[in-house]
Amino acid sequence: MQGERSPSPASGGGLGWGWRCESSGASSGRECTPTPTLPRRRGRRRLLTLAFLLLAAPALAAVGDPAERLPDPAQEARAQALGRELRCMVCQNQSIEDSDADLARDLRRIVREQVGAGRSNEQVMRFLHERYGDFVLLRPPVNAATAILWAMPAIALGGGALMILAARRRRVAQLGSSRSLAEPAALSPAEQARLARLDGSGGAAG
Amino acid sequence: MSTPMGAAAPNPWRRRALLWLPLGAAVGAGAGFLGMLRGLRTGDYDPRGVPSALLGKAPPDFALPPLEGADRPALTAADLRSAARPVLVNFFASWCAPCVAEHPFLMRLQRAGVPLMGVAYKDRPADSLAFLRRHGNPYGRIGVDQPGRVAIDWGLYGVPETYLIDKTGLIRWRWAGPITEEVLGRDLEPLLRRHA
Repeated sequence: MQGERSPSPASGGGLGWGWRCESSGASSGRECTPTPTLPRRRGRRRLLTLAFLLLAAPALAAVGDPAERLPDPAQEARAQALGRELRCMVCQNQSIEDSDADLARDLRRIVREQVGAGRSNEQVMRFLHERYGDFVLLRPPVNAATAILWAMPAIALGGGALMILAARRRRVAQLGSSRSLAEPAALSPAEQARLARLDGSGGAAG
Repeated sequence: MSTPMGAAAPNPWRRRALLWLPLGAAVGAGAGFLGMLRGLRTGDYDPRGVPSALLGKAPPDFALPPLEGADRPALTAADLRSAARPVLVNFFASWCAPCVAEHPFLMRLQRAGVPLMGVAYKDRPADSLAFLRRHGNPYGRIGVDQPGRVAIDWGLYGVPETYLIDKTGLIRWRWAGPITEEVLGRDLEPLLRRHA
């Protein structure tokens, strides 16, 4: 397998273990030690792939032909940022900036028209919210219907914290009860008096 | 000695409640899902359905050109405000298959005397005309919205879509999808009766 995959063992390009050979001056010939080549080589390739994907992501986000874009790059950036906040009503899990649906294209055009006409972000969002409701906003507003949705992180976190607290309290209680069995608490004065009396009577009898 | 033990042991009632709690939650969730499944079958529940943002509001202001050759006047917002009875506004297109499926029901509504207004959405006028010639024309007025801009003002996200506008000129109902026998019987006919 090693021979098939890599032209020379020294290059260490194959899977698994490669042979790293170093010519040592004093001793005869070369010393070869098995070296794990897999993580190093593949890691680098993976890193490259990751870097490529990360760099490619913004390019993928901008669907649509360049003719759609606004001539002013600042305005175009604003329009894209707005578009990423707006849901494509047809595909429902994509923003209008990511979707190639017909309606998404129309909405992209409307956003660009309004941005080009100098409307503020709030005005553009209000325009679409008036027509398509809360659902068009990928970040839903906080209201009675979405309160649970927004409170969910706090509920989950609080619930988890409560569970941890309860578990800890139970453990402490268990620890406390076992300790109280092992080494009982000091006697109260009344108990000491009774003990002394019992001892006294016992001693008298014995 | 009995006192510390009593404090450490959990309340038996509480313990029993904790035992039943997961079962209760599972039963509740199961009932909820069953309801959803039934709703899916009858059309009551649509996971992709989105309520219209225009419910209870007046339709947007618009004026659409007529469909040449259809012998019907153009459609404007004013035509929906001055109605003596509830009006249906139906967005359709010749390229839309569900529109063909719902067309017989629109024809039935028209025969029953329900005022129907049509908006040809993103369609070539010649194609819309051929569509109406072939399947019949249920519309009293037809507006042509070739760029689809008026449709966006209505919050439309597909064809067919049907809106009910009551006598006071407010949107009372929106149906995204074809009108079927079930939609007619379950939603539209009761609504038409209520707003008549």
